[in-house]
Amino acid sequence: MAAIAETLDAVQAVTDGGYKWGFSTDIEMDMAPKGLNEDIIRLISSRKDEPAWLLDWRLKSYAAWLKTEEPDWAKIKHPPIDYQDLHYYAAPKKKPGPKSLDEVDPELLRTYERLGIPLRERAILAGVEGAEDERPPIAIDAVFDSVSVATTFRSTLAKSGVIFCPISEAVRDHPELVRKYLGSVVPAGDNYFAALNSAVFTDGSFVYIPKGVRCPMELSTYFRINARNTGQFERTLIIAEEGAYVSYLEGCTAPQRDENQLHAAVVELIVFDDAQIKYSTVQNWYPGDANGKGGIYNFVTKRGACRGARSKISWTQVETGSAITWKYPSCILQGDDSVGEFYSVAVTTNHQQADTGTKMIHIGRNTRSTIVSKGISAGKSNNTYRGLVRVLPKAHGARNHTQCDSLLIGDQCGAHTVPYIESRNPTAKLEHEATTSKIADDQLFYCRQRGLSQEDAVGLIVNGFCKDVLKELPMEFAVEAQKLLAISLEGSVG
Amino acid sequence: MLEIKNLTANIDNKTILNGIDLVVPDGEIHAIMGPNGSGKSTLSYVLSGREGYDVTGGTATFDGADLLDMEPEARAAAGLFLAFQYPVELPGVNNANFLRTALNAQRRARGEAELDAVAFLKLSRAEAKRLSMPDDMLKRNVNVGFSGGEKKRNEVLQMAVLRPRLAILDETDSGLDIDALKIVADGVNALRGPNFSALVITHYQRLLDYIVPDRVHVLASGRIIRSGGPELAHQLEAHGYAAIVAEAA
Repeated sequence: MAAIAETLDAVQAVTDGGYKWGFSTDIEMDMAPKGLNEDIIRLISSRKDEPAWLLDWRLKSYAAWLKTEEPDWAKIKHPPIDYQDLHYYAAPKKKPGPKSLDEVDPELLRTYERLGIPLRERAILAGVEGAEDERPPIAIDAVFDSVSVATTFRSTLAKSGVIFCPISEAVRDHPELVRKYLGSVVPAGDNYFAALNSAVFTDGSFVYIPKGVRCPMELSTYFRINARNTGQFERTLIIAEEGAYVSYLEGCTAPQRDENQLHAAVVELIVFDDAQIKYSTVQNWYPGDANGKGGIYNFVTKRGACRGARSKISWTQVETGSAITWKYPSCILQGDDSVGEFYSVAVTTNHQQADTGTKMIHIGRNTRSTIVSKGISAGKSNNTYRGLVRVLPKAHGARNHTQCDSLLIGDQCGAHTVPYIESRNPTAKLEHEATTSKIADDQLFYCRQRGLSQEDAVGLIVNGFCKDVLKELPMEFAVEAQKLLAISLEGSVG
Repeated sequence: MLEIKNLTANIDNKTILNGIDLVVPDGEIHAIMGPNGSGKSTLSYVLSGREGYDVTGGTATFDGADLLDMEPEARAAAGLFLAFQYPVELPGVNNANFLRTALNAQRRARGEAELDAVAFLKLSRAEAKRLSMPDDMLKRNVNVGFSGGEKKRNEVLQMAVLRPRLAILDETDSGLDIDALKIVADGVNALRGPNFSALVITHYQRLLDYIVPDRVHVLASGRIIRSGGPELAHQLEAHGYAAIVAEAA
């Protein structure tokens, strides 16, 4: 109930209907020259003091990328991307990897403060600053353009054996783990954008939860693209050993710029016997203006491997940002009795285009997957759910339930559902349900007759529509996501 | 006090309300009866501000304020409540949550303090109990999967919690069995008092056995053709609309 009230407050707070995260930070940057070639890749690798094996892997990925074509099967349209017109490395000018927050550029700290992201763990730990701090602490890795600027609560986490650090540091401090798992779920040449990421990725988060450990707090990464004409290519790798558990959240924002910016991330999750990773995303990259100018091109490969028996991966995403979203968080259900879940809300307004969904690959016996996708389209936007459920011959007793609902606001938007179902095992049970509805005038009038404003009514109806997904988010994020939904759809009715 | 003077309204250029004159003083309950297509529902929608109805002339004021100039939510905050003939489903929206959001939106608009979750729960549970409604009605999604009778009872529950100053019941009795009808009537009667007035729109005399009106008006072809006391409803029940319509013509 409080969440709804907050949604309403948020709508009132944002009266200009703009993208309130659209400011940019003026900070001295260390930039690589524009363009992509082997020399740039060597430059990135040397800036990060990487071992030879990693440079090798990058170069192989680059070679694979050169041989791959940009995919054209998604229902999205954009002018060709000039990959030579981008900076592939941009870092705030400061020595990388500050030892404590005091070494972080105050301008950067202010940026995250403005975004409402608490990097100052001291204040939170002490619990001195009122009700705000009564919530459980969340460990945060803050990534600014190409590098991680701060990771909080690392020592607390280390006590339980949890490693949470920028991936560039993990390469240095835990090379055996990175080398073993990097590219093991999303191989370098997996697809065009994954190959590009593998060649030029600059930072991202690394998480390792040892056997039997339940991570004592939520882990979170906040990505911020700031520099002009840069691509952001982060790489996230999360490993949960036998019986481990972690809940990981990511949030993303970017300044409001007229030109399009490229974001091509790769996330790999690996879970062993009885382990579980819960991965939640609130994606709020700049979506472009009302006329479709600017915005982030978001081409992301996210995939998790349930390698162990009874392992579980749960993806929850709330996507409101980006001019283009191309993203299919997937689960490879290899271990017997492993479970994959995908809960998604994708909102498109104005000229946004989203082609998003999931892949559930059933390999082991009695593997189960659940897909709940809620697409909301408004304005002149296009919103596509694209999902694959594949059952391989040995996946006896595999089960999938897919629920795909689309909500249309206005009469110039599009909603599309493209399910692919392939079963090669006769014992599999697969269910697919899909609905399309509109926010009806009578629903709006009913709410307004009871005293709600039009905007509040839309917020209420949309949040109701998304409830099955929002309840999967950690509390903190659910509130944020509700606010975001209301703000994103502001002015889309009437 | 609701005052309607020479109100005319069109839908798609077709005249539906053809000069309505009606005064409902505070504390009174008026019934509006009339054959199908006489403009009963249109009158309730025009008063509550639904889009798609063009007011072409006349005035409607509530306590002196120009109703027709207000947004629907402002009319609600001023105390106007419409019990819908066909209550709308809101999937995924919790009934209690919806009602509390609505109540607090109205209270905010009136400059009153909002009700916190505990106070609201107490209020809504008490009202539900008084109307012999199961508690779980508040926990379900707004009207989703409700039977016709449950939907109407939910309207009455909302009315009880929102405590309007003027309630318009648009054929709330249609499709109700006798027990549900009594619950609806109890809901209205409980609100009766010097600061409450109601327009009860109905086809049948039956409801008026339980909600005894101060005045009865007969609407035909978008005009009130006859007004009288409660006995007028009995007369209609006995002789049908045709006789009165013919007489007035």
